[in-house]
Amino acid sequence: MKTEIIIAGFGGQGVLSMGKILAYAALMNDLEVTWMPAYGPEQRGGTANVTVILSDKQISSPVLNSYDMVVALNQQSLDKFEAKVKPGGVLIYDAYGIHRAPERTDITVKKIPAMDVCLEIGNTKIYNMVVLGAVLGMRDMLPIDAVTRGLKKTLPERHHHLIPLNEEAIRRGMELVK
Amino acid sequence: MKGNEALAHAAIRYGADGYFGYPITPQSEVLETLEELMPWETTGMVVLQAESEVAAINMVYGGAACGKAVFTSSSSPGVSLKQEGISYIAAGELPALIINVMRGGPGLGTIQPSQADYFQATKGGGHGDYRLITLAPSSVQEMADFVGLGFDLAFKYCTPSIILADGIVGQMMEKVVLPPQRPRRTDEEIARQCPWAVTGKPSTRKRNVMTTLELEPSAMEVINNKLQEKYKLIEENEVRFQTYDTDDAEYLVVAFGSIARICQKAIEDAREQGVKIGLLRPITLWPFPKDEIDRLSQKVKGILVVEINAGQMIEDVRLSCHDRVPVYHFGRLGGMIPDPQEVLDAFFNHFPEANKQ
Repeated sequence: MKTEIIIAGFGGQGVLSMGKILAYAALMNDLEVTWMPAYGPEQRGGTANVTVILSDKQISSPVLNSYDMVVALNQQSLDKFEAKVKPGGVLIYDAYGIHRAPERTDITVKKIPAMDVCLEIGNTKIYNMVVLGAVLGMRDMLPIDAVTRGLKKTLPERHHHLIPLNEEAIRRGMELVK
Repeated sequence: MKGNEALAHAAIRYGADGYFGYPITPQSEVLETLEELMPWETTGMVVLQAESEVAAINMVYGGAACGKAVFTSSSSPGVSLKQEGISYIAAGELPALIINVMRGGPGLGTIQPSQADYFQATKGGGHGDYRLITLAPSSVQEMADFVGLGFDLAFKYCTPSIILADGIVGQMMEKVVLPPQRPRRTDEEIARQCPWAVTGKPSTRKRNVMTTLELEPSAMEVINNKLQEKYKLIEENEVRFQTYDTDDAEYLVVAFGSIARICQKAIEDAREQGVKIGLLRPITLWPFPKDEIDRLSQKVKGILVVEINAGQMIEDVRLSCHDRVPVYHFGRLGGMIPDPQEVLDAFFNHFPEANKQ
């Protein structure tokens, strides 16, 4: 089992931390994992992306040219990474801010209204967790309790009271792709 | 955790006595993690943000002269500033650990990953005939492991060693098993292990003098010969490398650090197409695994050296295999990172006869 994912969007959307929670969840589930960010000034408002690889075997390259799953959270990311989904792979995108829809037909394309869900819940800070829910809902790669443990490991303790809210966001995200 | 964080954790657990540094991307997490872990309250290790890189390396020089396990970290432009101090530490035959998480140059360059300081680290970036034991980690686990290895080798040979990492392995997060916590050495243990150290002169021994100056050329030649003998001993005993799929390989890729892992993936893909490529990853860039490359070059048709610079390690590969087979270079510059497909494309570009499709 090996899943190669890239999550891409604007800096500030929680792209890197979403990848981090996914990586820690995999770690809690005894998988091998790499988390490779595009680091630098793009974290402040530009585009940000992170490659996360989960595998039950040792992982060679942390840098890839094609992915099992692409999560595109803005137009630039969609334009850049649509072509890099492996045939039969998955492309998840939020229509919020997207003016050109994906065109590939050899992959599974899922449009998720994650921002709308956040507005319903009344908190836009959990946007990335709704998206993470959709990612987990698309592929049976990790049990939900591993994700909770990943959250506990990643969030500083003073924020642990927010874990139920994050769990709800993940559940709502999963429902979006059912 | 991130590679940079692993460096900090591993140094505390090794029982290091002091860290002196100055922040620079992409290695600032070393200092940040040390500040967060506050080892001065647990092991008593000193963590100091110096006023500059030059000050930091000279603090390391001072700490090392006292027999302490001290280290510094920086990234390319900052490591350039440290070169004078590194030459002095090598000349003074002092153990110290230097970490360079490389970014693209020249000049202030970019904050993105690079391997363009290969020459600087392996050929002696400062003045004079000296060498640094150069360790090139390719994973977060090796970032942690090479702190202890770097210190051990530095103390074994009384010479500075350097961890030559890059922005990829510094910023990447992976699973890591940290070494157990060791206590810092006591003053008595330091005096026993490092009889040369300036630890305060008791009446029972002559004073220890730490100097790198010798105006009498015949005496300076003796000092230099002694250094060269030590370097020869290191070359004989401390070569480290890893090979992957070289047994039946018809072609060889040589790459170090995180780039070796990108190449490994390219090789996995090539093998699915029936193209037999093997990988040699030098772990010590100095001493360089020249004998193994010499041996492998006798059974392969060609060698591709992949490094994110304009072609530096390729010179050592060519010297190792005496140009017995064609040796080509592939690299990206300025902080660009090649993906496995680009490596494979470059391979088939140089060795079109290997393409079976």
